Amino acid sequence: MNYLLETKNIVKTYGDFTALNKVSIQVPEKSIFGLLGPNGAGKTTLIRIINQITLPDSGQVFFDGRPLQLNDVHYIGYLPEERGLYKSMKVGEQALYLAQLKGLSKAEAKKRLKYWFEKFEIGDWWNKKVQELSKGMAQKVQFIVTVLHQPKLLIFDEPFSGFDPINANLIKDEILELRNKGATIIFSTHRMESVEELCDDITLIDKANKILDGNLQEIKRQYKTNTFEVGLHSPDPDKLRKEIASKFKISTANFKSLEEDLKLNIKIDPKDSARDLIKYLSEKTAINHFVEVIPSVSEIFIKAVETNKRN
Amino acid sequence: MDKLKLIIVREFLAKVRNKTFIIMTVLGPILMIGMVALMAFVTKSSIDKTRTVSYVNKSHYFTSDDFQSTESLKFIDLSHLDIEAAKQTVKETDQYGLLYIPNSSSIDGIIKKIQFFSNESPSVIFTERIERRLDKRLGFLKMKELNIDIEKVKKAKIRSEIQLQNFEGKETSKFINEIKLGIGTIAGYFIMLFIMIYGAMVMRSVIEEKTSRIIEIIVSSVKPFQLMLGKVIGTAGAGILQFIIWGIVLGILYIFLLPILGINTNSQISQEQLEMVKEVAANSKIELLIQELWQLPIATIMISFLLFFIGGFLLYSSLYAAIGAAVDNETDTQQFMLPVIMPLMLGIYIGFAVVINDPHGTLATTFSMIPFTSPIVMMMRIPLGAPLWQIVVSLILLLLTFIAMIWLAAKIYRVGILMYGKKPSYKELWKWLKY
Repeated sequence: MNYLLETKNIVKTYGDFTALNKVSIQVPEKSIFGLLGPNGAGKTTLIRIINQITLPDSGQVFFDGRPLQLNDVHYIGYLPEERGLYKSMKVGEQALYLAQLKGLSKAEAKKRLKYWFEKFEIGDWWNKKVQELSKGMAQKVQFIVTVLHQPKLLIFDEPFSGFDPINANLIKDEILELRNKGATIIFSTHRMESVEELCDDITLIDKANKILDGNLQEIKRQYKTNTFEVGLHSPDPDKLRKEIASKFKISTANFKSLEEDLKLNIKIDPKDSARDLIKYLSEKTAINHFVEVIPSVSEIFIKAVETNKRN
Repeated sequence: MDKLKLIIVREFLAKVRNKTFIIMTVLGPILMIGMVALMAFVTKSSIDKTRTVSYVNKSHYFTSDDFQSTESLKFIDLSHLDIEAAKQTVKETDQYGLLYIPNSSSIDGIIKKIQFFSNESPSVIFTERIERRLDKRLGFLKMKELNIDIEKVKKAKIRSEIQLQNFEGKETSKFINEIKLGIGTIAGYFIMLFIMIYGAMVMRSVIEEKTSRIIEIIVSSVKPFQLMLGKVIGTAGAGILQFIIWGIVLGILYIFLLPILGINTNSQISQEQLEMVKEVAANSKIELLIQELWQLPIATIMISFLLFFIGGFLLYSSLYAAIGAAVDNETDTQQFMLPVIMPLMLGIYIGFAVVINDPHGTLATTFSMIPFTSPIVMMMRIPLGAPLWQIVVSLILLLLTFIAMIWLAAKIYRVGILMYGKKPSYKELWKWLKY
């Protein structure tokens, strides 16, 4: 697999505090990469190192297969968590300025801005001052500025904070479209449902250490517990429950349904298959509901962090 | 370097378009002219006021010829009244006071007996003027009494004139030194003013970028050092523009407005000052003065002013930028401001206290070498003839310190701009240097 960005053993300390301890990540090309972790784990420090805002104490960053260079900032678009605009500057002028700092010519920047302003239906903001805009409006402008120079790598740190649901959706769709057009995206967030929806790969950082990484599907497979959520019909649910409990490890399940008498989580041995379970259950009674329990990112996240805490 | 140019242009335009900046650019000269006009008006009205004084002369030493009225002093003769009646009369008017010269048999007797009655105690200048009048008359009479030939005394009055020359045999005039000192003082003061006003502007601009949270977006495109440098240069440009506009407007106002306001610049100068100026002008031959003015190392002064001005501003504004980066809002800057303002104040103080008396002494020389005070102190010394090697050494030291300082400031800046919500201590800043 081709990695657009790789970090190798990044170490960063602030005095006695270690922000990153030998963190290596691999970001596959043309994918969305989730960088996850609790507050203060070191995500932002890592992102700043990739953006060459902060220098690592040791370790290396590779971009497109070679060591990261100063000029690579032109191929990276970064939307930081702490973001804002010059308040007393006009929107258009400011967008032009920021685009030029990313290496675009004035004419080219103007052309592209026109396209994006029309797309987001904010063409009439051009001559407004930023202080007249609402927070959500300003964020739209920031998003445009981030993607305007068509960077190979896009880094979004909590991109949805401050957006209302409609605009958050708009941005989400844009992110997916950018990926489909060939951009690679690093995506750092606490909102696990958006990770679920967007990310192809994830890396989990906790207390300066990488504790989990890989393809999201594979990780889910690793974390699944061979547990199935079932809804059963029975004239005597208590009896049925006891019967099943004698064969499997069970617990009470909780899901919305219309008429099941018995709702269970049934854990089977990894050697057994779902088929055997269905066979066994259907011999006993009618099955209305049968779903494999797949751990959510949020559950994986919590589990991984707790395991890390114990170690 | 294209990015640096972009930053400089943006910073310059941001400053120049700022409302406060525009207002200050327009109001500045008006305020300054207003101040000068007010001061002139106050001085003028206090000097030009004609004071009316009555006198009762019971002595035969004085006649009414000794009490000729002048522009500022009007005398009314009340000698026909006795002193008590005269007091009563004067009290009822708004006259300044009453001069009473009693009769006495001898000149020595009379000098201690002359009295002046008034509501408020008269000004020192006024009493001195009256005393001078009386002295002139009594001195004349005394000489007569002692049988001194007045004509001979007049002839015996001698005025010596020391001709100043340096060892190369070049003639110098006393007056030129005042001008040299004036040039130096203005240059030094200008540098200090510029650093204080526009250095603080750099600082505010950094704080603004932090509070608006745009800083991280910017530094993902440019190096923090570039941003800092661009900010300093752009702000300096705006400052220079403002000063130039002030200069031009003030010049125009001076030429056109002053005559309209009817302020005669001469009238501000009191009689004594005028005499002094005349004396100085007479002593130093005018041609010599002009000649010396031309011989002033104008090129050296201009070039070194430019260099010290730029060097000083860059040095201090990099400090201001670091302070701005370290804090979250302007109120937190106080604790860091003192070490920046102190050396500036020290420079001005050294300039006025030391350079004026001993321009090339150890103390003045030392402080004109120390980079934080050198832009001010050296600028004061240069017109007075500081040796070239000292100027060069001072400039090199300034440059080296600037490089060291901007390197340190950039480190604090780099860390500080991304720190929110903390009010750092000096100890913490020290740690930042090592990050």
